[in-house]
Amino acid sequence: MRHDHLLTAKQLSRADIEEVLSRAREFADDPAAHADRHPGALLALCFFEPSTRTKMSFETAAKRLGGDVIDMGSVESSSVKKGESLADTVRVIEGYADGIVLRHPSQGAAQMASEFVDVPLVNAGDGAGHHPSQTLLDLYTIDEHAGLDDLTIGIMGDLKYGRTVHSLAHALTNFDARQHFISPESLRLPRSVRYDLHESGANVREHEDLEAVLSELDVLYVTRIQRERFPDEEEYETVAGQYRIDAETLDAARDDLAVMHPLPRVDEIDPGVDDLPNATYFDQAHNGVPVRMALLDLLLE
Amino acid sequence: MTEKDTELRVSKIRDGTVIDHVPAGEALHVLAILGIDGSGGESVSLGMNVPSGRMGQKDIVKVEGREMSQAELDVLSLIAPDATVNIVREYEVAEKTEIEPPAEVVGLLHCPNRHCITNAGEPVETRFDVISEGVRCAYCETIVREDITDHLAV
Repeated sequence: MRHDHLLTAKQLSRADIEEVLSRAREFADDPAAHADRHPGALLALCFFEPSTRTKMSFETAAKRLGGDVIDMGSVESSSVKKGESLADTVRVIEGYADGIVLRHPSQGAAQMASEFVDVPLVNAGDGAGHHPSQTLLDLYTIDEHAGLDDLTIGIMGDLKYGRTVHSLAHALTNFDARQHFISPESLRLPRSVRYDLHESGANVREHEDLEAVLSELDVLYVTRIQRERFPDEEEYETVAGQYRIDAETLDAARDDLAVMHPLPRVDEIDPGVDDLPNATYFDQAHNGVPVRMALLDLLLE
Repeated sequence: MTEKDTELRVSKIRDGTVIDHVPAGEALHVLAILGIDGSGGESVSLGMNVPSGRMGQKDIVKVEGREMSQAELDVLSLIAPDATVNIVREYEVAEKTEIEPPAEVVGLLHCPNRHCITNAGEPVETRFDVISEGVRCAYCETIVREDITDHLAV
């Protein structure tokens, strides 16, 4: 992979993705055996929004490679509270660290920040924009369970504001994948993502009901319908219930369907699914460490 | 009535810019692109909804004492892709320009997405890529298709 930064999944070629996944497989076999890869390397974690999995898996990945992290802490305890710009924050931090992981509520924040720094910068989520490192671990998980070519995937939930969905949809255009997007009309993919998918010639269909495609799917990627996006609670309850997966739902699916979710889930996947062989979301979360080790390894090389 | 006749309806200018073949109804947006609201004292002549052999109806804008910059031409091309821009010096057309869409427009449009980083008070100019469907923010990727002039920063 020859990129200075990882800002969107759109910049990843098939070769880039395969390189990351191949290296991740090496690290997954024995994550604790690679502390000689980047001894002393320092990664700055700049999270302007709360995060558990992404932040901790980057931290673990850095430490597994022999490096360490510095953490700007909560926004409330940082200079941001005093009105410092993001541009100034990253310009200061690039002097401290060998790489920056940035999560920010504004779309395009990572793109802008990357224009102010020379150290590698990873977009760990920019509002409703992109989340490319999540996509790499999603692809790793899909590859483990269904393979990345000749893939039929359903992506369901909040497709409008779901940054993991946007990044995954872009990345899958590198592969022979049939993408079915399932959502209420009000939460369809944004125009910009549909434009890119059309331009890339992706095999894409949109649906409002899961039943229309469930039996065809190798993978069902579920995302949370975000209550806070709805002006009307009643409207939220209507669509949220419609997109809930339980064991009964999966009766109509193939036995080997992999159910994925970037987490956290609220109630879109019933806990009764957790013990079924279809449940893949905790493996998916665990894959964050070897995949982010591979990503950091390549960016810090 | 010929196009020549209609052009005579608006007065000749000595030095300045004549923008012809503007889509009917867009003349006031052209003035907005040029930042002309009357307060600067420029002498401006407008022809709106005049007959055009090529376009059916068109607008014409003539501005005395003002030549358009390349950045202004870039934005103009988004709303008036078939416009012709004539630079007039001493009553004669000194230059005739067929405008072409640029690859990108920098610093001239606001992003309509309030969650875009360019609206967060950061030290960054807006940048829009010109695509077949309109323009697209290079930061948040929001696509603007209609009413591009509503987002002018000039």
